[in-house]
Amino acid sequence: MAILDEVVSRDYQYGFVSDIEQEIAPKGLSEDVVRMISAKKNEPEWMLEWRLKAFRLWLTMREPKWPNVHYPEIDFKNMSYYAAPKVNTDAPLSLDDIDPEIRKTFDKLGISLIEQQRLSGIAVDAVFDSVSVATTFKAKLAEKGIIFCSMSEAIKEHPELIQKYIGSVVPVSDNFYSALNSAVFSDGSFCFIPKGVRCPMELSTYFRINAKDTGQFERTLIVAEEGSYVSYLEGCTAPMRDEHQLHAAVVEIVAHANAEVKYSTVQNWYPGDKDGKGGIYNFVTKRGICLGNNSKISWTQVETGSAITWKYPSVILKGDNSIGEFYSVAVTNNYQQADTGTKMMHIGKNTKSRIVSKGISAGKSHNSYRGLVKINKTASNARNFSQCDSLLIGDRCGAHTFPYLEVSNSSSMVEHEATTSKIGEDILFYCNQRGIPTEEAIALIVNGYCKEVMNQLPMEFAVEAQRLLAVSLEGSVG
Amino acid sequence: MLIINNLHASVEGKEILKGINLTVNAGEVHAIMGPNGSGKSTLASVLAGRADYEITGGEVLFDGKDLLDMSPEERSHEGVFLAFQYPVEIPGVSTANFLKTALNEVRKHRGEEQLDAMDFLKLMKEKAKLMEIDMTFLQRSLNEGFSGGEKKRNEIFQMAMLDPKLSILDETDSGLDIDALKIVSNGVNTLRSKDNASIVITHYQRLLDYIIPDFVHVLYNGRIVKSGGKELALELEARGYDWVKEEANG
Repeated sequence: MAILDEVVSRDYQYGFVSDIEQEIAPKGLSEDVVRMISAKKNEPEWMLEWRLKAFRLWLTMREPKWPNVHYPEIDFKNMSYYAAPKVNTDAPLSLDDIDPEIRKTFDKLGISLIEQQRLSGIAVDAVFDSVSVATTFKAKLAEKGIIFCSMSEAIKEHPELIQKYIGSVVPVSDNFYSALNSAVFSDGSFCFIPKGVRCPMELSTYFRINAKDTGQFERTLIVAEEGSYVSYLEGCTAPMRDEHQLHAAVVEIVAHANAEVKYSTVQNWYPGDKDGKGGIYNFVTKRGICLGNNSKISWTQVETGSAITWKYPSVILKGDNSIGEFYSVAVTNNYQQADTGTKMMHIGKNTKSRIVSKGISAGKSHNSYRGLVKINKTASNARNFSQCDSLLIGDRCGAHTFPYLEVSNSSSMVEHEATTSKIGEDILFYCNQRGIPTEEAIALIVNGYCKEVMNQLPMEFAVEAQRLLAVSLEGSVG
Repeated sequence: MLIINNLHASVEGKEILKGINLTVNAGEVHAIMGPNGSGKSTLASVLAGRADYEITGGEVLFDGKDLLDMSPEERSHEGVFLAFQYPVEIPGVSTANFLKTALNEVRKHRGEEQLDAMDFLKLMKEKAKLMEIDMTFLQRSLNEGFSGGEKKRNEIFQMAMLDPKLSILDETDSGLDIDALKIVSNGVNTLRSKDNASIVITHYQRLLDYIIPDFVHVLYNGRIVKSGGKELALELEARGYDWVKEEANG
């Protein structure tokens, strides 16, 4: 027992706070606050109305209690719903206009915008707290008719697209947090790929929560028109805070006929310290719809951060022959809790879905997979394959699997496989005896275990994700 | 190479090894036999550095260095190899990948460069041939779904790959049919040289028909109570352990 008893934890690497003047909304939520947010952003009347409707609905809703996570009641009145770095003008920012402090923050995160632009060919829309600070590569993308901008900008510049699609995949009334997000969302990214265009680069958003006591409510919308393709990357970090911070994002994806959208997330929000103090509450609604025939949506996520993760990236398979995929690695250490999985809703004929979920629990953490595969009457010859694996490191953590199946069409085929394995002292001793130290042994086993998911990530992201995995589990055994 | 001086070890307060003395020189093969519960596997585990055991007395020198002071991986880097009685299964990690990591850790320790993929493959092919192992086998997850015999063969294959100075074979013959026993023994014999040494732990004499020991020791009640040449093994086979126990108790 000696080895596993010595539980230590490495400090969160991204836990610095930037000293930037911020504009923060007064604490608490009321119609006035919603109006203030909308006014700050110079939004059109229809947007304000939409927000207010969402707010009134939210007031009638209750927090979901069904996830397998436990936390003290969130005081929604004692939270600020908007924080933006103070800027001089309302004009769109160019890279040169960015506050040097913010630039430094991005540098620390290793995503210097200029570097990004020059070297990696990734267009980054960086959401710093709530306002989209800068969007790179916009001009280059515009040549192809691709729109990639902040949500605030899209509301002003492309109101017809926003009005058509916002809330079309995740209705305001979907759940408590989607309603809250709809009322107070601060910013996020909008991405539109026109018919037949293959986006020539990976599009990327880097989220970071900075201000104290503020919830971050981004809203992301991706629309892929007929026959288009886009790969979208989302990365998240947050500074260390003793208090819990709420993050309730909504991501919507629409794929028209023959379109393909690949959405990859590396989530590394501050998980709290090794005693479970602080950390982000990550309550996110992500959903895509394969609206047209032969369309495809693929979610890949590597979740290593947050004190609590509550997240089910889902696909509605409406078009015939459409494909939904979900690849997930969720790591919990110390006192982290994760309840994550997916929903695959088969409506069209010959629709296919594939779920590969790899949970890793260490320390005293709890990791749950929760997934729904629903096959409607109309979905003849639908296929689903689910693989849900759990890996336990040590013997004080927990792994739980909650697979739900609702099948209403007899021509469909649903397969579910699940395994649980454990890295115990006998395995570690075996590795040690062959000359492999404990940390390397865990990295070796975890990387082997996650390979199938990691292979889905774009190259540059895969490297970061692998490093993150190693860091998250460092010190999971002494 | 290995000097064990009056080694005492306990597990959960119960003394299992009660003063072991043993010297192993380069080029020698020592067989350790004994009835069940005599402490054979404990000795193997203590030499490899398993954490469950508490050393309560004595010392172990390996090439003049204090072995008991080293972590399990340091012992491995110094050239101590344990072929496990019950090898573990590691899902998701192929034998090839596992061994590449292990080999490179040893090389790192020796200040040598990492082995590149081609050289590693060449080495692996050579050793796989020796152990009559199919290369596709090595791409499968380590020991996952392997039969008992396959796991043991994999242990000796790993030994061939890592080329240790001192190999400790803990009941490697248990669970082997006669064909597997021949292959495993053949592997061990091929690896035998004047520079390395082996400690072969076994309950039965059968293995020693194939791996001819230079010395045979009988472990009983935590002590080596009798030592001799290879003929001692035959005597044990013929007469059982009772006479040795009586001698020891009397």
